[in-house]
Amino acid sequence: MTVKKTPYRVLIGKPGLDGHDRGAKFIARALRDEGFEVIYTGIRRTAAEIAATAIQEDVDVVGLSSLSGAHLRLFPEVVNELKKRGGADIPVLGGGVIPEEDIQLLLGDGLNAIFTPGTPASTIIRSFTEACQQHRNHDAQQ
Amino acid sequence: MTPNSKTLLAGLKNHDPRAIGRAISAVENNGDVAADLLAALDQDLINKVLVLGITGPPGAGKSTLTSSLITTLRRQNKRVGIIAVDPSSPISGGAILGDRIRMMDHALDSDVVVRSMATRGRLGGLCASAGAAVRIMAAAGCETIIIETVGVGQSEMDIIRLADITLMVLAPGFGDDIQAMKAGLLEVADFLVVNKSDLPGAEALCMDMEHIFSSKQEENGIARVLQTVASEDKGINELLAGVDTFAHYLETSGIKEKRRGKALDAETLDWIIEMLRPCFVQAMKDDPCNKDPRIRAKKLINTILASQDSFNNNFKKRHREYK
Repeated sequence: MTVKKTPYRVLIGKPGLDGHDRGAKFIARALRDEGFEVIYTGIRRTAAEIAATAIQEDVDVVGLSSLSGAHLRLFPEVVNELKKRGGADIPVLGGGVIPEEDIQLLLGDGLNAIFTPGTPASTIIRSFTEACQQHRNHDAQQ
Repeated sequence: MTPNSKTLLAGLKNHDPRAIGRAISAVENNGDVAADLLAALDQDLINKVLVLGITGPPGAGKSTLTSSLITTLRRQNKRVGIIAVDPSSPISGGAILGDRIRMMDHALDSDVVVRSMATRGRLGGLCASAGAAVRIMAAAGCETIIIETVGVGQSEMDIIRLADITLMVLAPGFGDDIQAMKAGLLEVADFLVVNKSDLPGAEALCMDMEHIFSSKQEENGIARVLQTVASEDKGINELLAGVDTFAHYLETSGIKEKRRGKALDAETLDWIIEMLRPCFVQAMKDDPCNKDPRIRAKKLINTILASQDSFNNNFKKRHREYK
């Protein structure tokens, strides 16, 4: 366990045509209140835009939100776009209206964790913290 | 030099986005490679770059103007860097960095390098590492760098030091705030941009501002008060033309060099104080008392300087953080 010295940087993005950003903004604020630096991209972004932004901003973790049912296509696409840009080490977390049977598929496609409606904010923040720590440890080993 | 810093420096030369992001993080977090990197940046590129500061009250349109400037600069085939600063929470230390929302049109353009930075407790509208971030972007081939400050009030004037040219953005309808600013930022800004100039009150605001800027305008005949509607890209060409003329004037008159020299001195002083801070914080803890702070400060400095050995040891121990 390394000591956390500087704030974790995370990106919260909304891929696809879904404009419901209440959840994304709620998580962004909750993370801010836990001392995270949160880059918010706004709604209706492509997977490529989100990945390019994450690389430029050198974030520790990417968090995605989707409520429109397109998560099976869009979430793994962000993972792939990150890989293409040399960011395979950046964990991607996802949340939204996601059926139980899709969760394993997404985890299999390289998502780090998936949250469904009703998940307590504290659980989500813990996952973000762990993923950030994992990313920093990975950096330290390089 | 570590292999890691060599890789990053090579990445900067090749305009690799990942390397640019990592390099800025390294200086922002005082990482191991920060000193290596900063010592090896291409000084010629740093001298050549034009740094524009964009400042103004919240809601005047700084981010929108920045995005519009990017569009126009890209049409001129210039590689652009943007540093967007937003405030950190004084309570949690966290931050929401939301300036990118208005710049996402440029997300896939590899010649637009954007970095959002949080103030991390620093007042004055900037963050401590903004200067280093400017130099890294310059070394990574950016020709114009735009720094967007946090929304400012009267005295957040750090940007004046870091930017070659400072644009103050205002919009009609801010009323008394503008009166209040007359003695602060307005005096030191190079250009005044009246944004949202399609709104009522823009003409009156322009007249007020031209009055304030009249002496500057007489200095070299360059119009210093300009109108824009950033959301529609209106007035941006004229603004950039004015900025270019002024940049040429600064360069040929030697003012740019002088401004940069002063800025580096000021930044150095900031770092001296920053690096000494932990040592003095410790000294205060070791010797608690309720004397008048000014008297106590003097006494602490004297005690520390007198016991040089303990100062050196203490300082060296704490200084490692900034290697």
